[in-house]
Amino acid sequence: MKIEIAGQNAFIVYFADQTSAAISARIQAAVANILATMGDSIIDLVPSYASLLVIFDLDRSDHFAIRKQLGAALTDLDNIDSSAGELVTLPVYYGVESGPDLEGIAERAGLSIEQVIEIHQQQEYRVYAIGFAPGFAYLGEVDERIAAPRLATPRQKVPRGAVAIADRQTAVYPAVSPGGWNLIGLCPTRMFDPDRTPSMPVKVGDRIRFEGISRDEFLAQGGEL
Amino acid sequence: MSGFIVQQPGLLSLLLDRGRYGAHNLGLTTGGPLDFVAFDWANRLLGNDANATCLEVGFGGLSLDAEIDSSFVITGAEAPCKLNGDAIPQWQTLDIQAGDRLEIGFATKGTRAYLAVRGGFDIAPSFGSTATVVREKIGGLHGDKLQAGDRLPCSGGRIGDKRRLAVADRPDYGEFARLRVVPGYQQAVFGPTQQWRFFNSDYRLTERCDRMGFRLEGETVHSNMVGMLSEGICHGAVQIPADGQPIVLMNDRQTIGGYPKIGSVIPLDTSRLAQLSPGSSVRFEAISIEQAHNIHCLEQARFQRCSLQAC
Repeated sequence: MKIEIAGQNAFIVYFADQTSAAISARIQAAVANILATMGDSIIDLVPSYASLLVIFDLDRSDHFAIRKQLGAALTDLDNIDSSAGELVTLPVYYGVESGPDLEGIAERAGLSIEQVIEIHQQQEYRVYAIGFAPGFAYLGEVDERIAAPRLATPRQKVPRGAVAIADRQTAVYPAVSPGGWNLIGLCPTRMFDPDRTPSMPVKVGDRIRFEGISRDEFLAQGGEL
Repeated sequence: MSGFIVQQPGLLSLLLDRGRYGAHNLGLTTGGPLDFVAFDWANRLLGNDANATCLEVGFGGLSLDAEIDSSFVITGAEAPCKLNGDAIPQWQTLDIQAGDRLEIGFATKGTRAYLAVRGGFDIAPSFGSTATVVREKIGGLHGDKLQAGDRLPCSGGRIGDKRRLAVADRPDYGEFARLRVVPGYQQAVFGPTQQWRFFNSDYRLTERCDRMGFRLEGETVHSNMVGMLSEGICHGAVQIPADGQPIVLMNDRQTIGGYPKIGSVIPLDTSRLAQLSPGSSVRFEAISIEQAHNIHCLEQARFQRCSLQAC
């Protein structure tokens, strides 16, 4: 583990060079420790694949005090169960109508479309990071057989709820936005709703499963085509 | 609630407080004033809460009609400001009456002016802040920049003692700024020659400067980074992608990203950077964390102890 300066009021803690469920669990343990022991001086925590950005309040503390407290908060991270994290199931209407890149992925992988859909649902994913846009959760890791590089030309408009793959990551677009990921289906669950509490159905560290639903079920659950 | 009616919204006028903190876990960025210094002075001159909601007037072109009586102040970028057609000074508290028209013309020096009213604008916070972030459609009145016809609610009221900030105490918005950087993040992947070049060359602001980031051009700087995992990005971080041209990440930046960063510009200097226009130049200067700390404390003391002139 390495603690580096990020800025005048921020540190970044690097836990490893690569990500894994175990690393993600250690980062979650660090988040819990930091909030419990130094919560008053912390402004924001940004956990990601193998790192944690710690932003503190310069009016309440300083670089040197925080550095010391961080050292203490980053011990005892191993007694956490890497299968911890809430299990959240997200429904997906998979298909050529809702997932325009399914055919491309199947072709590249030498699989049928049905197999691609099946493989996407077999995996249990972990929320490694939230960012890019409000409610955008990076989920890993996608089975290598259906991993697909980003599109050479990103789409101007990806619909809200689009379920997508980029390399070994998958995600659900929380809002209409431009995007270069491969689209394989649509999820009727709102990934970010500012008017609801909590505003997101998932948080970093949660475990995610995707469950195929029919077109009718998708529409009945509020999905839009 | 009455307040001010927007006649002309200007190019990029945003309602904002000091920013949205504690919501990065949802992927929400900070937002808030690009120039913290001018924003803080605006609220201080009116005796407002330090986090009171103001209007950041990007590039100018704003015209408002008052429905209430209030004291107000305009700080930040120099722009021709008018009350009912008559020129009025900036950095000085003034009164406006119901029926008056207030105009902030196009900025002539600097790019962001700040309009504060007594007690601040009365905006319901979302995720703990009123800061408008257009990219996220959050904050302000409707998650967007001002539109003609918007009503900016505030209760107004006059302050008895009119005050101004002495000219000598006002920031200078000249066309060159030094940007002090606390080295950090992936600093180690930039070799000594690359770092020397970065800290000893002038960089120019390109046209691609916005609330997310300011893209600069000049001597290219390369790292020996081969692929990195996305990680949290703090305010002021200087990201250097494969083209070797630095980008200073500002208030509306994405909260995570996967390009190497050499360190972060201190907020006092991002405030200065934010007032520069394309074509202006900057030079980066490495400072230690101790120096950054001193600068922060001294600046805070200066702000708090600086006496305002009666007028």
